[in-house]
Amino acid sequence: MSTATTTAVTTPVMPARPWLTTAIIFAALLTVPVWLPMLGGYTALAGRVLVLGLAAMSFNLLLGFTGVMSFGHAAYFGLGAYGAGLTLKYIAPSTPLAMVGGVLLGGILGSLFGRLIAQRRGVYFAMVTVAFGQIAFYVTYSWDSLTGGYDGLRGFSRAPLNLGFTTIDITNNSTYFYYFLLFVFAVATGLQALLLASPFGRTLVAIRENERRARFLGIPIERHIWMSFSISCCFTALAGALYALLNNFADPMGLHYSLSGEIVIMTVMGGMRAFWGPLIGAALFVVLQDYISSMTVNWMSFVGLIFVLVVLFFPRGLLGMLQKGTEK
Amino acid sequence: MLQLVLYNVTNGLIIGAFYVLMALGLSLILNLSNVINFAHGNFLALGGYIAFVLTPFLGYWGALIVSPLITALFGFAIERLMIRRVYSRDPVYSLLLTFGLAFIMQDACRYIWGPSGLQTSIPDILSAPLSADLFFITWYRIFMVALVIAAVSGLFAFLRFTRVGIRIRAGTLDLDTVSILGVNVGMLRSLNFAVGSLLAGLAGVLAAGQVGLNPNMGDDLLMPSFIAIIVGGVGSLTGTLCGGLLIGVAGALTTVFWPAASEAVIYVIMLVVLILRPRGLMGQEGMMS
Amino acid sequence: MTSPTLPAIRRRTLIKSSLAVAALSAPPIISARGEVPVRIGMVDPLTGTLSALAVSEVEGAKYTVERLNKRNGILGRQVELLVEDSANDVGTGVQKTRKLIERDKVDVILGDVNSGIAYAMMGVTSELKVFHMVPGGHTDPITGADCKWNTFRVCNTTAMDAAAVTGELVKRFGKKFFFVTPDYAYGHTLQANFIKNLKALGGEYQAELLPITNSEFSATLIKAKAYKPDVLLNNMGGLAQINCMKQFTQFGMQKEMHLGGGLYEIESVRAVPADAQTGTWVMEWWWDQPNVPEVVAFVADFRKATGKTPTARHWFALVAIESIRLAAEKAKSLEGPKLALAMEGMELPRDIALTAGKSFFRAGDHQLMTDLFVGDVHPPSKGNPDDVFTIGSAVPGEVAAGSVESTGCKMVHPA
Repeated sequence: MSTATTTAVTTPVMPARPWLTTAIIFAALLTVPVWLPMLGGYTALAGRVLVLGLAAMSFNLLLGFTGVMSFGHAAYFGLGAYGAGLTLKYIAPSTPLAMVGGVLLGGILGSLFGRLIAQRRGVYFAMVTVAFGQIAFYVTYSWDSLTGGYDGLRGFSRAPLNLGFTTIDITNNSTYFYYFLLFVFAVATGLQALLLASPFGRTLVAIRENERRARFLGIPIERHIWMSFSISCCFTALAGALYALLNNFADPMGLHYSLSGEIVIMTVMGGMRAFWGPLIGAALFVVLQDYISSMTVNWMSFVGLIFVLVVLFFPRGLLGMLQKGTEK
Repeated sequence: MLQLVLYNVTNGLIIGAFYVLMALGLSLILNLSNVINFAHGNFLALGGYIAFVLTPFLGYWGALIVSPLITALFGFAIERLMIRRVYSRDPVYSLLLTFGLAFIMQDACRYIWGPSGLQTSIPDILSAPLSADLFFITWYRIFMVALVIAAVSGLFAFLRFTRVGIRIRAGTLDLDTVSILGVNVGMLRSLNFAVGSLLAGLAGVLAAGQVGLNPNMGDDLLMPSFIAIIVGGVGSLTGTLCGGLLIGVAGALTTVFWPAASEAVIYVIMLVVLILRPRGLMGQEGMMS
Repeated sequence: MTSPTLPAIRRRTLIKSSLAVAALSAPPIISARGEVPVRIGMVDPLTGTLSALAVSEVEGAKYTVERLNKRNGILGRQVELLVEDSANDVGTGVQKTRKLIERDKVDVILGDVNSGIAYAMMGVTSELKVFHMVPGGHTDPITGADCKWNTFRVCNTTAMDAAAVTGELVKRFGKKFFFVTPDYAYGHTLQANFIKNLKALGGEYQAELLPITNSEFSATLIKAKAYKPDVLLNNMGGLAQINCMKQFTQFGMQKEMHLGGGLYEIESVRAVPADAQTGTWVMEWWWDQPNVPEVVAFVADFRKATGKTPTARHWFALVAIESIRLAAEKAKSLEGPKLALAMEGMELPRDIALTAGKSFFRAGDHQLMTDLFVGDVHPPSKGNPDDVFTIGSAVPGEVAAGSVESTGCKMVHPA
């Protein structure tokens, strides 16, 4: 257990044996429909873990790998959900198109906003992102005729996947839908890993480690932060689109800053300096919340307590602690 | 029409005064300790509930004075026990900490005082309107504004003329130097947090008389307070003051012409400010970077 | 980074902990009399802004289940109630519904107070063919344009509330209305229904739309005062409704116009200072019906069991569960499709409907048709804190609801 005074980990970000970790995680995810019911879980819970895990990992591109603190990521998540829902409802009943719609809506708005705030840092960055998130929340909440307002966007549902040679029924078969989620999740996180391994990704880490030095090296900091923000928003919006497909519904609470806070705590809980940390955090958080909220009405206190305990006693997160343990 | 506009400007100033009280506390803590207190709205609720509990024993006026003090004491304790532990870390931790605290405090209020709203009573002389023509301005509103003016003047006087106040202002500008000069920075931050909580507690007592008590009562005020700070300019208390009044008046004026947009307008103002003048109306250049 | 440490967790520890997890989260094992109990899953927003209403509904459900278990249960089986908190969030509500159906294998689903969540839950329950009862989510489409074969509703639609109260208001106070309405689907529908009824009676009106959580009404009330209406219609919900009433009274406007509105919840009256407990409203059920012996007996029993006076929310849950029992006995099954068919057109006996008029689930839109109580809200009288409403008239549900066609519901049963 680490109560380190500083959380700046200066070791390289790339794990020593990335393939083993990845293999274990995917082995576990692939076999979910087999082992989860035996432990008293249910498949929809695993779907939620994947979706929120993807959101947290996308958020972590910013927090963990660029060192910039956004506290309004629920906005892009929620916009992604609305983008998907609106596409399905008004444009075409196509699941892939819905995902594109979601990514575009969340990504473009995120990118525009990111342009405005790229030169801010620290808590001020956080504060402005919260406020912008609330604008997005407010617009979806008030634009009754388009978004369904307070009641949420209804009247759409995910469509079966048409692959040309065959059609996969992800509408009524929850196991198929879980594997569909897993497939999208795998592709998205694969792209994220490639991105981080690229020169661009390494530059982001350089900015995180020492912004001043990076600036002296001639790196256009603001532009990199802006791009990182935009990419992060796109992936978060993708997670949001999946969320809309999962629920067949989009509602304004999906943009609320309390969800932003939950995305941050998942990331920190799992370990923000580890690639898979946010996924582990999301799994822990979702399962704990699901379990506690069935046990007691006062689950908010317990969730709040998780926040406080993680911050005070486990600031490195689960994977961060394991990582530190092996370094010795 | 002109009359209606004037009515609403007055009204907007009254609402703005509320935002100011809340935002000044947030701003104080943000400036000196670099912490966004997400639980600030819950300190407000706590102030209201404590006054509710004390009123049978101390009467309305006694509770009005004692409740903010207790809230301040509570804030002081929270800062000492928890928040000070994360100052040296990445700002993400202080955000998460106050965020979690907000969850716990809201749930505690619900647990102790119940999920439904509670009635609060204000003295009869305050609940009457000024006159038949000014029926929409009750004495309570006048009283609220007077109290806010007193509290804000008090705060500015405290920062200008007392030893602690001057140190807080100095610390806002350059904490390292203040520390080297031998000031106990830890204690300074605790006191500063307590002052912020005091303002929130006072706002809570006043809000309870106006809109009643419920566990989520602070939530609706938190975002406008953020916006007041951003619009006014981070780092400037005068800016926060102006920002709060500005969005209060803007909201009320919108009510005349397009009532449904009266909440949205404050967000529009923030966006405009962010685009045209990113540092805020009175913010210092570089303060937000 | 993580992988090298994983083997360090000993296998036995892993097995132990997974067993512990399984023991914690597996549904409780039933051993009573070899009979599997009937499981009722309930999803309601126990936290968040609607929690006061949700808490009452859950209390009502618990009371009813205990009462059933003392008698014959449902189909002779004991009844078990599983309550989940939707936290006033759609995603959570949907997930909890799936959890109740997929993991806990509940037979029927109840919920949610929040109509948006109730609607989203309908997507899950109709997909999984589970019977769904909405005790207290008011938005019209649930038994209107978006009606589903498996979903029934106890509480009224806004159209019913508006139709019931408008006539009474016009008769007693006049035809000139001023509306204060929240700017979202619920408010729009409610206002449109009021206007429809008002126009039919030859009235005139002015209206103002406000944000849902509005807390400052002075600007609006100034406009209202200038319009000089006979009635100010307060369509706001929850806290906003209360604040509107408080400011109305503070400004002394009750001397110049009457206050009225659609739905009134007793949970809300309690949070209003006595001098603001005023106006003419619809109460969906009311405990003080001295001429109906069944109600008197129920209120006495409920008070004995819980120490509280039942509200409409308690009654919603009671009607929901008791109706399920009746339909199950009629269908001799708890399967969704059979239960739904049995409930269509089913009339409720007076000891369950708890009102003098006729109560039944209309087949065309699955809406409960029952008396609506229009009357005046007032400060507690005769020293009884629960005596805050006096019934003026009881409007039969069918009269208020209008035809099935007007709701927009086209009921499609699964093949």
